Amino acid sequence: MSVSKRTLLALQILVAVVALGIWHIGSSVPIFGVYFLPKFFFSTPWDVAARIVKLFSGKLIWKHLGITLTETLLAFVIGAGGGVLVGFWFARRPLVNAVFDPYVKMANALPRVVLAPIFMLWLGLGIWSKVALGVTLVFFIVFFNVYQGVKDVSQTVLSNARMLGMTEQQQFRHVYWPSALSWMFSSLHTSVGFALVGAVVGEYLGSAAGLGYMIHEAEGVFDTTGVFAGMVILAAFVLIVDAIVTAIENRLLVWRPDAAGRNA
Amino acid sequence: MKPDIAISLEHIDIIYRARTHAVGDARDSGPARAGDYHAVSQATLSVKAGEFVSIVGPTGCGKSTLLNAASGLLQPSNGDVSIFGATLTGLNAQAGYLFQQDALMPWKTALENVAIGLEVAGIDTATARDKAEHWLAQVGLQGFGARYPHQMSGGQRKRVGLAQVLIRNPAILLMDEPFGPLDAQTRQIMGNLLLTLWAQERKAVLFVTHDLEEAIALSDRVVIMSSGPKSTIIGDYRIDLARPRDAMDVRLDPGFHAIHRAIWDQLRGEVMKAYQGVSA
Repeated sequence: MSVSKRTLLALQILVAVVALGIWHIGSSVPIFGVYFLPKFFFSTPWDVAARIVKLFSGKLIWKHLGITLTETLLAFVIGAGGGVLVGFWFARRPLVNAVFDPYVKMANALPRVVLAPIFMLWLGLGIWSKVALGVTLVFFIVFFNVYQGVKDVSQTVLSNARMLGMTEQQQFRHVYWPSALSWMFSSLHTSVGFALVGAVVGEYLGSAAGLGYMIHEAEGVFDTTGVFAGMVILAAFVLIVDAIVTAIENRLLVWRPDAAGRNA
Repeated sequence: MKPDIAISLEHIDIIYRARTHAVGDARDSGPARAGDYHAVSQATLSVKAGEFVSIVGPTGCGKSTLLNAASGLLQPSNGDVSIFGATLTGLNAQAGYLFQQDALMPWKTALENVAIGLEVAGIDTATARDKAEHWLAQVGLQGFGARYPHQMSGGQRKRVGLAQVLIRNPAILLMDEPFGPLDAQTRQIMGNLLLTLWAQERKAVLFVTHDLEEAIALSDRVVIMSSGPKSTIIGDYRIDLARPRDAMDVRLDPGFHAIHRAIWDQLRGEVMKAYQGVSA
């Protein structure tokens, strides 16, 4: 089953080439006089590429990217911060957890998109309504992971820490905190992804800037090329953010067997 | 009172209460209920300062439970625990505890794990790390300080654990089958390391094991516990083999065999009882 890195890369590129090839032929070469992928609905790879180049030669795209990035980061930082605090609090206070448990489950079960109009009503069309939407998504992921992380602390490690003379506060710093943090980081990819989803969906539903707004605007005038260009830029944006997250994770979790294995 | 007695356990009873369903009910109390498990009954044991005592007994007999009572991690339901003549309340601050399972903090390197016991006591990081280097060398792990626990073998992790405990210079060492998960050769090597370190500064040691040979090879006294429930101490044997000992070579000593036979005659019955209890 093992394949060399070079073969793997070649195969991955092959998939892209085939997909782009089908798209190109379907949209630009008539087969029996019919275009299988009509330009109006699917655009063409060349048009999309040309549009992306044109977008990046202007200044406006950077503003949109900047807005979306700001919203994503704010949603992540606020949501993760809240998740860590509440996760710790609930894990250390069983009574609080027992009282709030049904409400937490209820709030988490709610599809967050329905909150978007409410947030717009409360916070306006600026970035904060998008940040709020992202926060509601990120918060629960981080909260559940931190809660699990604190609950999951090995009883032996904890007893050992106590026998080594650690006070409550020192146990928090040297045992609970690192354990919770490692769980939080294992969910980092998911939570950063959700922060971005919150930002883009919020922009899509009502705003004046950002990648989601750009795509929505193109859709409004049946500019398929613009929609596809926006999607490609969004996908590239996600890949870059994900690569940064992986780098941070590998740095902070060197002590974990699987993280170290990935480095080797 | 008796300050030369490092650990004194008197008429210890340990009863595990049936689970209550109240939220946040930390300490169960009150009269006995159906479902309670009477693990240890009327156990009395003392360890002198500088003495190496092993507790041997069949699996599930409450050896570790008794050790936890001496550490203060577990409060006995009845009976008195005193440490150097003073009644124990809360954790036993004079004891170092070596656990059977992995107890190192996986997010700290070997050096950080060893140094932490001094750092939390308020000693500055540089001094603590220097001492930790020294103790890593003492347990034969010079140059392994930067490794994380998962990068070390089971035996190496036990060595780090030993250094982590000894750096705080406790007067008492409590050991709960510390070499249990290791293979036979590594166990004997660890036994020798323990004897070497113990010879330097004679601490009172209470060592729990299910391996009678290991107990005889290391100890001044071997104590036998009966099978549970309501297990208690049923035998106390002095091991008069010469010191310093080699934990491997001593097993070939004729005296070793005589002691082994005497203790095994008694232990065997308890092991069989425990075995029948499990299979029934």
